[in-house]
Amino acid sequence: MGNVLNQIGIENYIFLAVILFCIGVFGVLYRRNAIIVFMSIEIMLNAVNLLFVAFSTYHQDAQGQIFVFFSMAVAAAEVAVGLAIVVSIFRNLGSIDIDNLKNLKG
Amino acid sequence: MSTLIAITALGVVCLLFEILNWRKAMIPFTILGLLGTLGMTVCELVDENIGSFYNNMVVVDAFSQSFSSLFIVLTIFLIAMSHNFYQHHQAKISDYIAIKIFLLAGAVAMVSFGNLAMFFLGIEILSISLYILAASNRLNVRSNEAGMKYFLMGSFASGILLFGICLIYGGMGTFDVAEIAELSHSAELPIWFPIGIILVTIGMFFKIAAVPFHFWAPDVYEGSPALTTATMSTLAKVTAMATLYKLLCAMNADVNHAFQITVVVVSIASMTVGNLMALRQANVKRMLAFSGISHAGFMLMALLNLNHAGGALLYYAAAYALAGIAAFAVILYVCKDNDNEDVTNFHGLGKTNPLLAAILTGALLSMAGIPVFSGFFAKLALFSLTIKSGYLFLVIVAVINSIISVGYYFKLILAMYTKEPNQQRNGTSMVYYGVAFASITLTILLGLFPSLVMDLLG
Repeated sequence: MGNVLNQIGIENYIFLAVILFCIGVFGVLYRRNAIIVFMSIEIMLNAVNLLFVAFSTYHQDAQGQIFVFFSMAVAAAEVAVGLAIVVSIFRNLGSIDIDNLKNLKG
Repeated sequence: MSTLIAITALGVVCLLFEILNWRKAMIPFTILGLLGTLGMTVCELVDENIGSFYNNMVVVDAFSQSFSSLFIVLTIFLIAMSHNFYQHHQAKISDYIAIKIFLLAGAVAMVSFGNLAMFFLGIEILSISLYILAASNRLNVRSNEAGMKYFLMGSFASGILLFGICLIYGGMGTFDVAEIAELSHSAELPIWFPIGIILVTIGMFFKIAAVPFHFWAPDVYEGSPALTTATMSTLAKVTAMATLYKLLCAMNADVNHAFQITVVVVSIASMTVGNLMALRQANVKRMLAFSGISHAGFMLMALLNLNHAGGALLYYAAAYALAGIAAFAVILYVCKDNDNEDVTNFHGLGKTNPLLAAILTGALLSMAGIPVFSGFFAKLALFSLTIKSGYLFLVIVAVINSIISVGYYFKLILAMYTKEPNQQRNGTSMVYYGVAFASITLTILLGLFPSLVMDLLG
C-alpha cells in the first residue's frame, strides 16, 4: 500500500480530497432540495474520510482509519436526525424545497 | 472521568423510567442525580484528583472539572423548568429530559477531551441533541425551520471542523492532544498543521456564533421552543467557547501574530454587529440571540491571553450563563401562553409581577455589566487581562460596546416599568420563580465573591 502512495504522492490525495470537499460545499450553498443538500454534506464528510485513510497510510499509523469509523457513525446519526426534520417539514409544508423556509427573518 | 460515566448512566436511567412508567418521579430523580454528580465533580476539583483515562482519551484536570460543574448547574436549572414547559407533552417528557442529559454528557466530553476523537464525538453529541431539541415542536413550522437551519449550518460546520482535525492529523501523525502540544513546539511544522488549526477554529466560530459565522443564530434562536433557546444561548455557547480555548491552548496557537490579529478582528466584529443589530429587534429571543453574539465577541478576548485567561473565562461564562438562565426563566413565564415573544408581552410586568420584573432587570443589568452583578466583574477581569497583553484598542471598543448594549437592555426594562399592563397574568408557577431567583442569587453571590471562581484556575 505504501508503494502506491509513494507513486501517487500524498499531495495528490490532498488535492482530490479538497476538490471533493469543495464540490460538497458548493452543493450545500447552491442546491435547494433538502435531500441533495444532505448528499452534499455527506460528500464533504466522505472527502475528509478519504484524506484520513490516506494520511493513515502515509504515517503508517492505524489511528486515522479508526477515526473514519467514528466519523461514519456520527455522519449516520446526523443524517438520521436531519431526515426526521425533513419528514416533519414535508408534513407541514408539503415540500422539501429549503427556499420555502422563510418565516424567520428580521 | 466518573462525572462523564455518571451523567451518561443517568441519561440511560431516564429512558428506563419511561419503560417502567415512572414519569412523575423522573424530574426530581434526575435533579437529585445531577446534584450528586455535581458534588462528586466539585470533590474531585477540590482534591485535585487529576489524571488521564483510557489511553489519554479523557483528561481530568482543574479546567475540565470546573467547567463541568458549571454545565451541571446550568442543566439542573434547565431540567427543573422542563416540567412546566412540556406540560402539554407529558407522554414524551422522558425523551426531552434524556436528550438534555446526553447533551450535558457531550458538553462534559468536550471540555475533558485528551484526544481529538473525543473532542469530535463530544461536539457531535452536543450538536445532534440540539438539532433534535430545536425541531422538537414538530407541528410548528417555525420550529421545523429553526431545526432545519440549525442542522444545515451545524453539519456544514462539523464538516469544516472534521477537515481541520484531518489536516492536524496529517501534520502531526497523532490525535493525542498532549503529543500534538509537544510536537507543536518544534521549529519545522508541515503547512497542514496551521491550516488545520484555522479550519477547526472556523468550525468552532460557527458553534459559538461569532461574526462572520453568526447568521444562523437569530433565526434558530427565534424559531426554537423557548427552553431550547435557553439551552443554546447558555449551555451550548459556553461549552463551545471553553472547548475552543482548551483546544487552542493545546495547539499553542497564540504564538502566531496573524492568529492574534484574526481573533482581535473577529472579536470586534462580533461585539459591534451583535450590539447594533440587537438595538432594532422587537422579539426578545432574537434580541438575546444578538446579545449572545456580542457576548461571544467579549469571550473571544480570552483567546488573546492563552494559558492565563482560564479563570477569567470561567468567571465570564458563569456570569453570562447564569444571567441568561434567570432572564429565560422570566421569559418562559411571561410568554408561556403566547405564540410569540415580542417586547409588548412584557408591558407592565413591573406592576403585575414585581419580583419577576426585578429579577429580569437584574439579569439584564448583569449582562450589560453594571456593578454588584457578576457581569461587571467578569468584564473587568477580562478587560484587565487584555490590557496586560497589550490590546488597549480592543478594550476601548469593548467598553463602547458595553455602553451600546445598555440601550437595548433598557428598552425591555422600560417596557416592564413604564407601560400599562395589557394582559392578565394569572397562575404563578413556583418553578420559574425558584429557578429565576436561584440563578440571580448566584449571579449576585459571584459578583460579591469573585475570587471563589477566579482562583479555581490560575
